[in-house]
Amino acid sequence: MINWKVILEIAKTHLVTKKKSTITATLGVTFGIGAYITLVSFMTGLNEMLDDLVLNQTPHVHIYNEIKPSEKQPITLIENLDEAFNVVHSIKPKQGQRKIHNALPILNYLRNDENVRGATPQLQAQIFYLSGSIELGGNLVGVDIMEEVRLSNIRDNIVEGTPEALKNSENGILLGAGLAKKMSLSVDDRVQVSTAEGNIFPLKIVGIYQSGIAEIDNIQSFAKLKTVQRVLGEAENYVTDINIKLFQINEAEQMANRLEKQFDIEAIDINEANAQFETGSNIRNLITYAVSVTLLIVAGFGIYNILNMLIYEKMKDIAILKATGFSGRDVKYIFMSQAIIIGFIGGVLGLCIGFLLSKLIDGAPFETEALPTITTYPVNYKLGYYMIGFFFALLSTIIAGYLPSRKAGRIDPVQIIRGT
Amino acid sequence: MGLILEAKNINKHFYKPKDFQVLKDISFGIEAGEFVSIMGKSGSGKSTLLYILSTMDTDYSGSLFLNGGLVTGKEHQELSRIRNKSIGFVFQFHYLLSEFSVLENVMLPAKKLAEKSYDEIEHDALEKLNMLHIEHLATKKASRISGGEKQRVAIARALINNPTILMGDEPTGNLDSFNAENVFQIFKQLKEEQALSLLVVTHDGDFAKRTDRIIQMEDGRIVHQ
Ligand SMILES: Nc1ncnc2c1ncn2[C@@H]1O[C@H](COP(=O)(O)OP(=O)(O)OP(=O)(O)O)[C@@H](O)[C@H]1O
Ligand SMILES: [Mg+2]
Repeated sequence: MINWKVILEIAKTHLVTKKKSTITATLGVTFGIGAYITLVSFMTGLNEMLDDLVLNQTPHVHIYNEIKPSEKQPITLIENLDEAFNVVHSIKPKQGQRKIHNALPILNYLRNDENVRGATPQLQAQIFYLSGSIELGGNLVGVDIMEEVRLSNIRDNIVEGTPEALKNSENGILLGAGLAKKMSLSVDDRVQVSTAEGNIFPLKIVGIYQSGIAEIDNIQSFAKLKTVQRVLGEAENYVTDINIKLFQINEAEQMANRLEKQFDIEAIDINEANAQFETGSNIRNLITYAVSVTLLIVAGFGIYNILNMLIYEKMKDIAILKATGFSGRDVKYIFMSQAIIIGFIGGVLGLCIGFLLSKLIDGAPFETEALPTITTYPVNYKLGYYMIGFFFALLSTIIAGYLPSRKAGRIDPVQIIRGT
Repeated sequence: MGLILEAKNINKHFYKPKDFQVLKDISFGIEAGEFVSIMGKSGSGKSTLLYILSTMDTDYSGSLFLNGGLVTGKEHQELSRIRNKSIGFVFQFHYLLSEFSVLENVMLPAKKLAEKSYDEIEHDALEKLNMLHIEHLATKKASRISGGEKQRVAIARALINNPTILMGDEPTGNLDSFNAENVFQIFKQLKEEQALSLLVVTHDGDFAKRTDRIIQMEDGRIVHQ
């Protein structure tokens, strides 16, 4: 039978009368947990922001037609040359392959698929931007702008003007921020685009697009699908890419494989497109945890030392307790509860400090050209991290407290009372 | 009449630094309400015997009975409970928990026993302090009282669970003659009024002479009782 009331009473008295070591040990845990919470909130916040940045710009499945030479050259069709060795020089891809052949039926098919949140057609056109005497190479993407708004974060990236303005204008363009700067153009100005064939087309700037990624902003602009089809002089079914958003991102790979087979096109899923990106996230997480665990181990050693010292000082008390009827287990629990109380208080304080520091970081201004939608440092407040932090605090103190407490429980009172 | 405490053929060796038999075939008994003293030269094994009788030392051969039941070979947990409930122990050096008040020191073994409410325990503790004429010290820190006072607090603590036997290892060894006499009177009173059995190691011949029986030890053997 364990009499917790007395055990806790004694533990409390020890802690209160040894204020200095109690506070030192508690602060050790507090700093460990506080640092963990701050670090993990900030690092995962940053990770998530970077993930979002890329994920929102990347469709879950991207369908396109790759320009490549036909795998079957005409000569292979001649049967009686099967055994022969043939050489074809200067193979060139067939013309007009950029277009997805049956784009409209595919779109229709996808929109009826229950796993698909949305599928949007795009027309990527290589063009030149002309403004006065300047001529800049780039591309113009024809989109169904309202569908893009629904399925991606493009609205956040339109730093001037609105997507609606593009929808309502027949020859509007959302000019890339880098382009706008280079050509010193702004909303309501006009810009001329010229196709590879040399057809020049005037467009009206209805907004500025800034993704935060310079390579994109320096070359890419958006216009309505119809507008771009008109610029290229192509029919209404001329579509070069289809972007798909799914309800479940983890179905992307399977979906991509299926579409490739079914429609004989190229389909690439998000994981394939961003493999290297995930590695970066994982390494950042690893660093966060390595640093936090190190801090907690240091705090754990502090507790271990302080408890060891305390037990050394309390040898006589332990002997008396045992002589008057407290068992070794009682004594062990007395010191364990001290460790746990330190872990509990230190942990709770650490969570508070971590939360306050996170708030501070959250409020600190973080403005960068590259990320127009971000004004302060990103911080992730997840209850899970706080629970892990608290669990860690208890775990590290229990581990640190266990050995000294067991030692205390095993002290032989006769030896102490004899004074040897 | 039943024996409160009985030792049968107790032998004990110390193996460090070399084999040394400190207790040799110790057998004796104490009856209820008997006041027994142990005398003997320094090094004759008196303290060693007392630690065995108090169940703190389990490293011996032979058997020990308390209230008719065999104690030898019991689990540590069980022995702690026996010490808590049935044995009061007073050390030569008054060992009190210096961070606790006098009253708390006296109350602790009873709180551990947990047979009474804290209010009842406090009432009992004050009663014991009263009996020893130190109730005015109740709220003082244990580290802030004199040696004689500490010894009496230790006696109060040993009595708090109304044990069947009180053991003392030179409980008056550190006291002046006035306080030593005081402690002797308290012991005698306990024996007479509450039929408490007492076993006290002492070097004080006058003290021993006034007890019911003297056990004389020499080189780990009882030579006379
Ligand atoms: N832990 C130990 N290891 C080895 N020998 C010990 C140990 N403790 C005590 N002894 C020896 O055992 C013998 C008996 O010691 P004990 O303390 O019982 O004597 P005592 O009769 O109480 O003496 P005193 O009157 O001085 O208190 C002594 O010779 C002592 O040196
Ligand atoms: Mg001795």
